[in-house]
Amino acid sequence: MKYYRSHILVSVDPVCVEKGAYEILDRLQDELVGQGLIDEIQVLETSRIGENEDAPDIMVYPEGIHYVNLTLNDIPYLVTEHFLKGRVVPKFTARAEKPVEAELRAPTAKEVRNVLRNCGVINPENIEDYIAENGYLALGKVLSEMSPDDVIQEILNSGLRGRGGAGFPTGKKWGFARASKNDVKFLICNADEGDPGAFMNRHVLESDPHSVIEGMIIAAYAIGCKQGYIYCRAEYPIAIKTLNIAIGQARNMGLLGNNILGSDFSFDLEVRMGAGAFVCGEETALMASIEGYRGEPRPRPPFPANSGLWGKPTNINNVETYANVPQIILNGAAWFSSVGTENCKGTKTFALAGDVNNTGLIEVPFGITLREIVYDVGQGIKNGKKFKAIQTGGPAGGCLSEASLDLAVDYETLTKAGSIMGSGGMIVMDEETCMVDIARFFMEFTQDESCGKCTPCRVGTKQLLDILKRICDGKGIPQDLDMLELLSVEIKETSLCGLGQGAPNPVLTNLRNFRQEFETHIYDKKCPAKVCKALIRYTILPDICTGCTVCARNCPVLCISGERRQPHVIDSDLCIRCGICAQVCNFNAIEVS
Amino acid sequence: MSTVKSLDELKKLREAALEKRQVQRASGEKKVIVGMGTSGIAAGARQTMKAILDYVEKHNLTGVVVTQTGGLGLDAKEPTVQVEIGEAPKVTYGNVTPEAAVRIMEEHIVNGKIVEEFHISA
Repeated sequence: MKYYRSHILVSVDPVCVEKGAYEILDRLQDELVGQGLIDEIQVLETSRIGENEDAPDIMVYPEGIHYVNLTLNDIPYLVTEHFLKGRVVPKFTARAEKPVEAELRAPTAKEVRNVLRNCGVINPENIEDYIAENGYLALGKVLSEMSPDDVIQEILNSGLRGRGGAGFPTGKKWGFARASKNDVKFLICNADEGDPGAFMNRHVLESDPHSVIEGMIIAAYAIGCKQGYIYCRAEYPIAIKTLNIAIGQARNMGLLGNNILGSDFSFDLEVRMGAGAFVCGEETALMASIEGYRGEPRPRPPFPANSGLWGKPTNINNVETYANVPQIILNGAAWFSSVGTENCKGTKTFALAGDVNNTGLIEVPFGITLREIVYDVGQGIKNGKKFKAIQTGGPAGGCLSEASLDLAVDYETLTKAGSIMGSGGMIVMDEETCMVDIARFFMEFTQDESCGKCTPCRVGTKQLLDILKRICDGKGIPQDLDMLELLSVEIKETSLCGLGQGAPNPVLTNLRNFRQEFETHIYDKKCPAKVCKALIRYTILPDICTGCTVCARNCPVLCISGERRQPHVIDSDLCIRCGICAQVCNFNAIEVS
Repeated sequence: MSTVKSLDELKKLREAALEKRQVQRASGEKKVIVGMGTSGIAAGARQTMKAILDYVEKHNLTGVVVTQTGGLGLDAKEPTVQVEIGEAPKVTYGNVTPEAAVRIMEEHIVNGKIVEEFHISA
């Protein structure tokens, strides 16, 4: 093979061709011939190198320099400077200055910020800041102009549904609690956010605690409660700190306590810390925990609205539900229901995490498609990889494949697709994610968090996990898939609370949407995404390996051998598949199969 | 802080708070707001805050208020810092390391020039 000291790759993808890539290529050839360099430098065609706006562009190796936006007149100068004199020409490397904000743009184009309107705007530790943003005005309106029934009717009209995941109409819930006859009633805010990768409630509590407090006072007025609790996990120390500061300030100003705003309505609030058990997000377990018992669910009915905390009628809503209330009262039900779909009004916050460029907290109107969330709000998949799945609803939810991307997000469509809305966790996964492994991960989580009270959940999740682990370890047997389905359905139908009833969901949706991948694991003993360690092998390609010894020096178990400047070999029996060799190799000589 | 006894009192309080804000803005007060939510702190907002306070102290800056807020939701760009000078619109910066914070203080707070490198536009 002829040896060239340098290679020029000319991008000939359609965009570049349109902008004259072939003319550039010809001119480069001519110029190299003219300057007597053609024997040393090879010009090659390649596909796309950079972005569209770089076209036409070339890449020069071995230096790896990317020259962009070239014109024919640039070529002679470029060839003289770079290839004859060996100097890089900076003026061609600088791509047409991309405006910085294009890269750092806040993902707000398709967002509507109602719940998050004060987040990052006000100082959460200063009640005056909240009051300046119309804070507590809704409470004033309620106490001076509206009867409890008016409030419930307004919330009913708005179409607000529980943001904790089940999507029960909030107005109805309040109505039940109001209708329940008892001299003592309780109000609870469920801030026990436990889904992996979810942080909506934490964010609202940390950034705008007063909106939640105000929402709770209004709910208490509508239902007739005197005492409320915010149940927040101890893992949220900053949220708890801000909440306590906010409650203290509200109390000092007479917005909590006796005779609020001069009316005869009295209400006070207390923060109760949970130890972070996932099951305590379930309302009956949560109440047991507040009462000081072990956080275990109990069968319903009786529903909390009739017999809840300490046997008294109790209303439980999620943080985000309460945070929506003041604005509905201030702006009216019609304003609220002007956004969203037919059955789901308003907006929803999501914690967008995983393999998207813009991770973070978003608030979007119902009816937005998953595609818009991933590609517009999330600005696409990291590192230009391909989208594979989106997980919604946490450990009780499911993974939706590309086919579901155009679904309009609301409670019903997500449930129909096999997943759930949940409280708003959203994890985006790229092509390098193994769906069997994901099912195993979520099952490990729920199995660990199962409280153990009922048998289907306690034993069933363990069995599911064992089967999934077996498949990941390459020991899956053909009957496993049927067994997974059978068990999942049984657990769903017979578990006591939402944790067990939702636990098999990730398995079921993954089986439905990515069955092929399970089959490949079982029949071919291969992991297509190259994640499951028992099913992959690292080998060194002898043609590419230069024998630089970098991999051998970095291998933690010293299973790579070979002489310097000779191709190296990995001993597969000793290899622990840590992947370090592939990371450190400068020549991409390590193949994973 | 006195207790609020009626809706009217609350409204007055709101007017007062708004007015206070207006007066501060009209006087050209410079405000540096650091996002101190969990994600901000995890990304190093405490160091950023410290760098800003150190800068203010070292250079004896007056008319600068350093305060905090929760998160903006831009977790990928934490720590975030917002700068408000007088009545000009709020400028938001992302990925503000202590070094970046010093640059923002130098170029934006002292010299009034937005540091494009870290600027996030809405």
